[in-house]
Amino acid sequence: MEPRHGDDKPHTPTPSIWPVGFAVGIACILAGLVVSTPAVIAGVVIAVIFGALWARDAMRAGRQEPAVPAAEAPTTDEEEPDQYPRNVFLEMTTLALGGVITAIVSVPIVGFAILPAFTKQEAPGVDLGPVDNFPEGEWIEATFLSEPSLGEVSARTAFVRFNGTVSGEPSYTIISNRCVHLGCPTSPSGPKNEEERKTVEVENEEISLTPVLPAGFSCPCHGGAYDTEGNRTAGPPVRALDRYLFAIIDGRLVLGDRYSVGEVVGEGARAEIHSYGLQGPGEHVDGLSGWLYPIQPQDLR
Amino acid sequence: MATEYTHPPIPPPSRKKRRLTDKLAPFVTVPLNWIDERSAIVRGTKYFLFRKVPSDTNWFHTLGSATLTAFLVQAGTGVILAFYYRPTPDEAYDSIKSITHEVTLGWLVRGMHKWGASVFIILLFLHMARVFLFGAYKYPRELNWIIGFTLLILGMLQGFTGYLLPWDQTAYWATVVGINLNGTGPVLGPFLAQFLRGGDEIGPNTLTIFYAMHMLLLPGAIAGLILLHLYLVVRLGVSSPPWSPERAGAPRVDEEPRGPGLVRPRARGRFAR
Repeated sequence: MEPRHGDDKPHTPTPSIWPVGFAVGIACILAGLVVSTPAVIAGVVIAVIFGALWARDAMRAGRQEPAVPAAEAPTTDEEEPDQYPRNVFLEMTTLALGGVITAIVSVPIVGFAILPAFTKQEAPGVDLGPVDNFPEGEWIEATFLSEPSLGEVSARTAFVRFNGTVSGEPSYTIISNRCVHLGCPTSPSGPKNEEERKTVEVENEEISLTPVLPAGFSCPCHGGAYDTEGNRTAGPPVRALDRYLFAIIDGRLVLGDRYSVGEVVGEGARAEIHSYGLQGPGEHVDGLSGWLYPIQPQDLR
Repeated sequence: MATEYTHPPIPPPSRKKRRLTDKLAPFVTVPLNWIDERSAIVRGTKYFLFRKVPSDTNWFHTLGSATLTAFLVQAGTGVILAFYYRPTPDEAYDSIKSITHEVTLGWLVRGMHKWGASVFIILLFLHMARVFLFGAYKYPRELNWIIGFTLLILGMLQGFTGYLLPWDQTAYWATVVGINLNGTGPVLGPFLAQFLRGGDEIGPNTLTIFYAMHMLLLPGAIAGLILLHLYLVVRLGVSSPPWSPERAGAPRVDEEPRGPGLVRPRARGRFAR
């Protein structure tokens, strides 16, 4: 019952240098992820070699152990011949019945715990008011409630610029202010014209529109910085700022879904936007690291 | 080797005192015996409390109990804070303000809970450092190290979920960042973040989910694991420090008769007879 230790019986497995080498390999991988890819490969090789040696030692020690009790085993086998008695049957049926009852009860509970976060998440479009409020070439900081029924917690900000019309189609650059590093709010690097602030009454909320003169956008949390097209210029963000789809309905600018952007080439109405489905902050959309996020929750809807 | 140390003889209690204690003793022993005869609870408590420990344990060995105490303080103050806290986006911040400024002694209990949270985490790490540096995680106590590590993770989750509840700007943005950090995990990260938010965006559900986790799910799990942790401490015994002349992990000899009172007969410490 009680653990006995320190007597003549040796450790199993015996102390060896293999775990140390394995740890060095892992450390090499972790350091390599930051520093360089060759170091990662070297780390993997070291870890696999030492891990294999360690596992071989551990298994060899395990194989030697049960030599003594193995001799006693056959005697018990002869006393109990193979059979399927009633008590085994009752034991199995009791366990099975218990399992069925547990499943019947727990499946809906677990479903209720997890599924509501993933279903019925459609957000309605946001009406930003008449398009006259967005003069050509000027940045407007628009603050609105993405879901008015939820109140202040759904407050969101977008930077809107009307780029003029290109071959009869109006062009808007509408950038979400959420930093794509970890989701803090970015603000325009430049003056805000608070005196010219407008409030627009729409269906069941008030939208505030403030003219701004940004040289770019910057985030207070970890120093992420972007240019006016949302491309990263400094700091930890992994892609360009997210943008909003838009529609013009009865002369009013209406925001649609957000989408993610790898990078923007060119600017204004002629910008070439490398767009992707919406992903969370900090998630790569392009390059090798983009493969880390093969499916998003909204893909399953 | 430590030299044999004999305690000076303990003088017998005075006659007057003995008479009084003799008279009062039944008031304690009779009900206790009544309970013990039917439940073995008193015996069980004695078995749990009056264990043999190495004679050269020191103050560092108290860090585990200190962590437990910090957890109990958090549990107690947390339950009382739940009397007055309202986990909705409209009311959460106002209820925190009212607890701090209006409810009698609310500032004290909230302060204990807030600062106690840091004390709990700090003690967890100190206890972990003691176990690591004393080598107390080694055979046969590896499993207890793993349980302790799980407790550390759950304790930090308590910190993460509790931080949102005041629902001020710090709480909100710290949680945005924290959830998005989880979201950057490969493949499953976005799903974890979605689950923690309770939807696409942080909102009323996030607050109630964090509240339920903070005061039901996580404390329940922590309490259960603490019981398991203590069970293994009692079963495996307390390890002696690395510099101890006693052999680490020496088997506990159950046949050995218990000494008078709570004392073990062959102890080398100051309580030896």
